[in-house]
Amino acid sequence: MNRKQQLFEGVITNNPVLVQQIGLCATMAISTTLFNGLGMGLSVLIILTCCNVVVAAIRKIIPEQVRLAIFVVVIAGFVTIVDLLLQAFIPALSDALGVFIPLIVVNCIIIGRAEAFSSKNSVKDSLFDGIFQGLGYTAVLIAMCLIRELLGSGTIGGGLLNGASSFITLDGTGAGIRIFPQEYAAGILVLPFGGFLTLGFLYALMQHLLSKGAKKKDAKEKEVQE
Amino acid sequence: MLASLVSISLGAILVNNFVFSQFLGICPFMGVSNKMSTATGMSVAVIFVMTLASAICWVINTYLLIPLNLAFMQTVAFILVIAVLVQFVEMFLKKSIPALYSAMGIFLPLITTNCAVLGVVLLNTQNNYNFLESVVYGFTGGVGFALALVLFASIRERLEFADYPKAFEGFAICLVSAALFALAFMGFSGMKIM
Repeated sequence: MNRKQQLFEGVITNNPVLVQQIGLCATMAISTTLFNGLGMGLSVLIILTCCNVVVAAIRKIIPEQVRLAIFVVVIAGFVTIVDLLLQAFIPALSDALGVFIPLIVVNCIIIGRAEAFSSKNSVKDSLFDGIFQGLGYTAVLIAMCLIRELLGSGTIGGGLLNGASSFITLDGTGAGIRIFPQEYAAGILVLPFGGFLTLGFLYALMQHLLSKGAKKKDAKEKEVQE
Repeated sequence: MLASLVSISLGAILVNNFVFSQFLGICPFMGVSNKMSTATGMSVAVIFVMTLASAICWVINTYLLIPLNLAFMQTVAFILVIAVLVQFVEMFLKKSIPALYSAMGIFLPLITTNCAVLGVVLLNTQNNYNFLESVVYGFTGGVGFALALVLFASIRERLEFADYPKAFEGFAICLVSAALFALAFMGFSGMKIM
């Protein structure tokens, strides 16, 4: 399997959020600061990769009828591991994401990839699929966070970056780098309204770009035919 | 006691609506809201399962997981309970109330992966609700989800005739309309009993 093409599919043409339209709840709920977005994205990436590998490894011995139940148990196991690790080592992130870490269990991205990809492909392919799809998810989260944080509170990298002595902090206290003063920011973008609106506009942008790309491809093919 | 129950209900339906302010259950919300009939079927099924799941998970958490020091297994236990519960409800309805089964039959399997259901159960334990409060929160959370779904389905039926830029076609315009709903629901914030 071509890795480059697989990466391109995971991040752009078959992006879990923007194209497959799954895993929306957490995308909108926690994308308020870069700290939350990056934390959530990486957690999903790790869980997705582990689940993909395990599901691919046991795909030949799972009975067809109970496969979904088995997937869910595997996913719930890894989610619990990540949840406990975060509580122990990065408690600020665990507090900020709250109920959305255990809710990764029902995040359709993971069960969707288990069903559609790793239950049919080899361990190696599934490993890369997990990493690439996780990267696609993380990329969308980071984009959402950057837009909402910049326009909503006038900073970049809130919780993670700190303008003062220590540049990167992991305790969630970093104030971020201020781009413009708080009073000029549209605070409503940090509220639930902003989550729906930002994702809506990202979809529109993606749809526009994809249709443009498809048109170019059509034109090229026509030229070749003529 | 009554006041706390009323404020829980009010919070779950309006102030902290599951869909518009807590972002729980967005996938089924977007998936089945394109027709009014499917939206009502899904709503009934969600209210039913959320109430039952709240009750059963509270019992399991209080009398099984906590005494055995297994609270860290909550996520695994709850998702299994919900999956089994949904399966049982489906079998029970098929046998005894076929009319209701045909109304919400196809939506039941989808509910297992509805994050509103697992979300309400996790929130119950996080907020340390007692049995009655959990059941009320589960029921009214379901009602809030149903309210959002039915409202949104009626808007989406009209969206088909609306005129908007081509790039917004389909999913994007739905999200923008949902954003306006979220804005409207923000008007309820700060509302409380006493």
